[in-house]
Amino acid sequence: MATEETAHAAAEAAHQAGMPQLNFATWPNQIFWLVVAMVVIWFVLAKIALPRIGGVLAERKGAIAKDLAAAEELKSKAKAAEGAYTAALDQARAEAAKIIAATKAEIQKELDAATAEADAKISAKAAEGESRIAEIRAGAEAAVAEVAKDTAGALVSALGGSADEAAIASAVSARVKG
Amino acid sequence: MAEEGGLQIHPMDQFQIHSLFGGDIGMFTPTNQTLWLGITVLAISALMLAASAGRSMIPGRVQSIGELFYGFIHDMVEEVAGHDGAKFFPYVMALFTFILFSNLLGLLPMSFSPTSHIAATATLAIMVFLTVTLVGIWRKGLGFLAMFWVSSAPLVLRPVLAAIEVISYFVRPLSHSIRLGGNIMAGHAMIKVFAGFAGVMGVASVLPIAAIAAIYGLELLVAVVQAYVFTILTCVYLRDAVGEAHH
Repeated sequence: MATEETAHAAAEAAHQAGMPQLNFATWPNQIFWLVVAMVVIWFVLAKIALPRIGGVLAERKGAIAKDLAAAEELKSKAKAAEGAYTAALDQARAEAAKIIAATKAEIQKELDAATAEADAKISAKAAEGESRIAEIRAGAEAAVAEVAKDTAGALVSALGGSADEAAIASAVSARVKG
Repeated sequence: MAEEGGLQIHPMDQFQIHSLFGGDIGMFTPTNQTLWLGITVLAISALMLAASAGRSMIPGRVQSIGELFYGFIHDMVEEVAGHDGAKFFPYVMALFTFILFSNLLGLLPMSFSPTSHIAATATLAIMVFLTVTLVGIWRKGLGFLAMFWVSSAPLVLRPVLAAIEVISYFVRPLSHSIRLGGNIMAGHAMIKVFAGFAGVMGVASVLPIAAIAAIYGLELLVAVVQAYVFTILTCVYLRDAVGEAHH
């Protein structure tokens, strides 16, 4: 016991003098516990912490990529919708223009028909009027001839002559024509 | 000792490893280093498990921190070690988080930083060295040795360069581990030295205390930068094993 104690004291003295780092008696102990510590740290990191963090990072990367893709898709969808809207608008415009043209044509046709009808009526009326005028004129000529005949007969008889009816008629009609 | 009047500063005492429950230090004895290794493991596990528990599409604060770590190291592995290096990502991540947390937790007053011990950093560096060497030989066979033969150099120089390349290859774990352990140790020791001055200088202690504050800020930077340097060097070495030849 005593020798052990003195040996221990001597060793202590030796440590005190120099660097504790170079006290090789503690090296096996230090190395053993260091290796234990490193194995524990490695296990905690490699088996638990790092796979989890790596997973989270990969997941986040994936989520960001997915979100970007979705945004891209939505953008293209919006573009397509805009295109469809523009196309629909153009189509509607074209349709409206067509309807306007058709309506105009129809109205024109009706107008033409009405005009034609009115023209026909007008010309019919004019023709009727003309025929009436002709009739009246003819009637007037006949009346003139009759009046002339009557007047001639009356004049002849008033002058004391007796006139042959036929001779008067022919004389009057010759005069009226002339 | 202090009563003797002399300036007694023991900047290296803080690195002393002692058994938590008394007794000698055997192979499996829990020590103060074991305690702080455990705290480091718990801190990393708490952060990374909390960061990955929610798994929400829109990350919260803790999840953002976890994703920041993940993205930072993942990009580093992919860019530096190459695409084939991706399967080493959890390993590199474990290295980075361990060194970073150990460095930063070591800056808490009264704490202990496992990365201030060469035993720890050498173990990490040798693990990287063995990984690179074994994976390189397994994947490329004798072709792995081609990285020592600088085919772009003139023929006469090649054997000399090969010797230099081989030496530098085997020196890698040494520089890899001492860079980290030395930086952390030096920073802690320097703070302790200034603290020792502050203890005996009376009113003038404001100067060393101001220096401690400044060094502490520098050490925060060193803690992060050294974790980054160790990790990116690991990626550079891994490229020798899995990437395309770059000589």
